[in-house]
Amino acid sequence: MLAVVGTIPEADFPLVAGPVELGDQGLVIQGRVIAVTRGTAALLAASCSCLQTLRHPAPYGFLAGDTGLGQGSEQLYRYVASHLKENAFTTVTFHYILPMVDWHNRVFFALEAMQPRPYLIADAGYMYVAKMSGLAPAYDLFTPDAGELAFLADEEAPHPFYTRGFILHEENKMPDLIRRAYAHDNAARYLLVKGRTDYLADKNGILATVQEPAIESLEPIGGTGDTLTGIVAALIAAGLEIVAAAVLAARINRLAGALARPTPATGVTEIICRIPGALKEIYSAAARDGTESPPFS
Amino acid sequence: MSIFNIFRRKKSPVPAEVPIDQGILVFANTSEVIRAENLLRKAGVPIKVMGPPPKIQSGCDLVIQFPLMRKLEILRIMAENQLTPLEAVPVAGPLLKPVDLFQIKDFGAHLMVRAANMKLTVDKETRMIVNVSGGGCPDVPYLAAQLVGRTLEQAPRPRALGHTVCGYALELAFQEMERQCSPS
Repeated sequence: MLAVVGTIPEADFPLVAGPVELGDQGLVIQGRVIAVTRGTAALLAASCSCLQTLRHPAPYGFLAGDTGLGQGSEQLYRYVASHLKENAFTTVTFHYILPMVDWHNRVFFALEAMQPRPYLIADAGYMYVAKMSGLAPAYDLFTPDAGELAFLADEEAPHPFYTRGFILHEENKMPDLIRRAYAHDNAARYLLVKGRTDYLADKNGILATVQEPAIESLEPIGGTGDTLTGIVAALIAAGLEIVAAAVLAARINRLAGALARPTPATGVTEIICRIPGALKEIYSAAARDGTESPPFS
Repeated sequence: MSIFNIFRRKKSPVPAEVPIDQGILVFANTSEVIRAENLLRKAGVPIKVMGPPPKIQSGCDLVIQFPLMRKLEILRIMAENQLTPLEAVPVAGPLLKPVDLFQIKDFGAHLMVRAANMKLTVDKETRMIVNVSGGGCPDVPYLAAQLVGRTLEQAPRPRALGHTVCGYALELAFQEMERQCSPS
């Protein structure tokens, strides 16, 4: 089962934990409805959509309200460190959380005690704190965008805001930045870099790239990186190997984006509702190629 | 893999004594340090007063260590109380400077500005903010909800509502967007 740990941008949203369903009004957890805009809600909505299509159990959310002051994030760190082990999660994805190294390390020690240890995926603030802690190589997958990859590649930067200017995050520099991130042990076992071209890499170099469909206007849309992380997390939780899951997820996310016929003003919900169709189409194509069997009929 | 193996794998682990998620505020004199300390403690910010690192060349012989991710909130508290630190920099790299390179992308009817990990996109004709993307701190989805659907003139400033370094980066993107969209 997939667990997702992240914050909701409402100051009075309480700490909640439980299965998350995607309904007509948004996400539903413990009877509470969460609007799907961007951030962890978008990630969860994409995961829900995938897992529902694949007929797998809904994701389990660990959520708390936080508008940047850190109280909700601290509640989450504290709760997850104590309670994560109570469920047999196969995959845990950490997302929008205020980076706090000490709390990160406490959660990490709790994860290390789990047998078997779940796959660990980190994006957004939790990816920042995983790098800061010096424990990035212990994670299975990071999903940075180009700017965040530059941050991973800069061994001195404590946050993307401080990435040094000579480490440029231009598209043609991605392979260099990936090498640099691994050279300084600031990358997870796999990197899925989101951009005009999506790169899947490990310490040995680039394993795969996904460029089609190429939709320029997806770049400004808030939440499209979150949906990619949500899709790949769902596919890994559904049993796919990380490499296969990452490549399929990149293709599904791009196709869902293309099906939405987006402009730079499109909202991410327009893309999320196209994920089931995109997933079925990509899986069917993979089945025809003999690379994947569709787990639905 | 055990915890111990992980630590062995790391070539140059972050030394425990370097609190990488912390920043330092440098002031011109000790009385400003004391005022800032009182204000921040009253606001519930976990801080420490300590000696400056060797790389800091200016300021007095005391600095305030603060949670770096809450930089924007802390600078706002200082500004509201007429306090201006000489520096607000990461402990682990006090010579690191905030990103000052902007990337501008023209989509025809829309213009996107990227500052560090934050992107802001505006409808060029109406000056309406149509999307906010990127970032990883929890105030980003909150700021996005407050900004999207409002014009540059109507929207609250990220510096007024944000708390974190991501919020700070969004403020820089906002300023650059205003500059890009100014009539001159």
